[in-house]
Amino acid sequence: MSTTDLQNLYQEVILDHSRRPHGFGLQPGADAHSHQLNPTCGDEITLELHRDAATDVVTAVRWEGHGCAISQASASLFSGLAEGLTTAEITTRIESFREAMRSRGTIEPDEELLGDAVALGGVSKYIARVKCAMLAWVAAEDALTTLPK
Amino acid sequence: MTSSTSVTGADPFTVDGRISAEELDLLRSDFPILSSEVNGHRLNYLDSGATAQKPLAVLDAERRFLLNENSAVHRGAHTLAAEATETFENARTSVARFVGADDDEIVWTSGATAALNLLAYAISNASLGRGGAAAERFRLHPGDEILVTELEHHANLIPWQELAARTGASLRYVPIDDAGALELDSLEVLITERTKIVAVTHVSNVLGALTPVELFVARAREVGALVVLDACQSAPHLSLDLRALGVDFAAFSGHKMLAPTGIGVLYGRRELLNALPPFLTGGSMITTVTMEGAEYLPAPQRFEAGTQPVSQAIALGAAVEYLRAVGMDRIAAHEEHLGQRLAVGLSAIDGVRLLGPAAGEFRTGLASFAVADIHAHDLGQFLDDRGIAVRVGHHCAQPLHRRLGLTSSTRASTYLYSTENEVDEFLAGVADAITFFGVRPSDIRSGTRA
Repeated sequence: MSTTDLQNLYQEVILDHSRRPHGFGLQPGADAHSHQLNPTCGDEITLELHRDAATDVVTAVRWEGHGCAISQASASLFSGLAEGLTTAEITTRIESFREAMRSRGTIEPDEELLGDAVALGGVSKYIARVKCAMLAWVAAEDALTTLPK
Repeated sequence: MTSSTSVTGADPFTVDGRISAEELDLLRSDFPILSSEVNGHRLNYLDSGATAQKPLAVLDAERRFLLNENSAVHRGAHTLAAEATETFENARTSVARFVGADDDEIVWTSGATAALNLLAYAISNASLGRGGAAAERFRLHPGDEILVTELEHHANLIPWQELAARTGASLRYVPIDDAGALELDSLEVLITERTKIVAVTHVSNVLGALTPVELFVARAREVGALVVLDACQSAPHLSLDLRALGVDFAAFSGHKMLAPTGIGVLYGRRELLNALPPFLTGGSMITTVTMEGAEYLPAPQRFEAGTQPVSQAIALGAAVEYLRAVGMDRIAAHEEHLGQRLAVGLSAIDGVRLLGPAAGEFRTGLASFAVADIHAHDLGQFLDDRGIAVRVGHHCAQPLHRRLGLTSSTRASTYLYSTENEVDEFLAGVADAITFFGVRPSDIRSGTRA
């Protein structure tokens, strides 16, 4: 890893999101929630989905937790991305994000699907950090399974 | 120790005092990995508290055995078997001498975790009535107490939690204060007639603080409790005399003291080991077996059921001979110097919270710390970019971190081959990381960070 790689990993959008995260703080009235823990570092997240049952659109993603800049930024970016999408659209994005994260740097994240979250693309080269980036997305995936169809 | 080490017989290593820079250069050449490159930089390995690097002498000893003597130990009458058994037992003698014990007080295990679990399960078996009258003193009953401390590694905590749960005994602990120091005043009230086992670490793997074991031993003796010492962070780094310390049992791991993984030690006072029922049972640990039952060999064989990690044990024997040749007092002095350099340097960096003993107070050659608003993983990643290897996370000591108001920390840990320069590079890296993560995003773009 060179310093350029380090800057690619910690892009300004990531540092910015980790400092001023979007969707931070739980709110009453959530329709689904999930708590995820990364046992190797103790990082954790509680993520909640607010859904309009009639349209199946997720109106808000709220979360709380603590962790590294990657995990915090990732939760923030996911929150911003998922709001306003249907649960099916969110599932597609989680799958796309996971594929890129697991690619060891061989698959660029799809900007059309993932928006600003493509800034996390640099993480996929660092196997030890993929779990950090995935934490919020895994929590969302888990929460989605609990929602009635 | 024979070929490929520069240590044996080398004059510079026989002088008193700390290891000189010239000696250090020679010594480092015994560890080829220290010359490797990581991310375009010379490896700066400051994670020896997790696992130590291995000198050629240790690798050669293992290889020599496998090439020339490999065969089953303690069984078979052929020449190789006899040679293998002798080499295997010589390794036990080396390790016993290294920690001030007798040969039959050294039980091979796969590591310290296995050693502590072996002990806990053997006590569990005693509590179920196994071991007859001789094992009476190990039996735990509801109302009995096991005492640990709040700063234990999980390996010296969870086996006792589980033992308490199986036997109905209660687990209590010596708390630590806001600085991470053991509240030793509490020993008098915590160690009582109900206390049967006191399990404590010799050196905190997170804080580097030395436990005043003599206080635990003295109080435990007054009430007849057994003292179990986690020596994982002391055996590799300090001159250790278990008999002088007066502990009843001790555990340590080979891989933290220049040996391979898969080998460790349970030390026990002879009369205790021979009174303790076995945990794992099977081949090589019996005298007579019938279809109804079995009689067991004395220690250490009664705790060494099945095929042993023979070449690893031989490598551990070579490792302690290597350490003895350098000199444990000199290694300890070298690491104490580096530990202070770490503590002083970290304390001088704005935003760094040094954990454990303050600069100037005794600590071994390691230092853990937290940085406000920078997660340990991010800091570790930044340092890795410069080839600096440190440990990040809770270091298998969640209760300690929780007590200090943290989920994780960063630990730099040295060994006999570590240098002042490596410590200084690390300190500069920490300072630069604070700049990197602390600056505004726009500052990164304009390249104002160091």
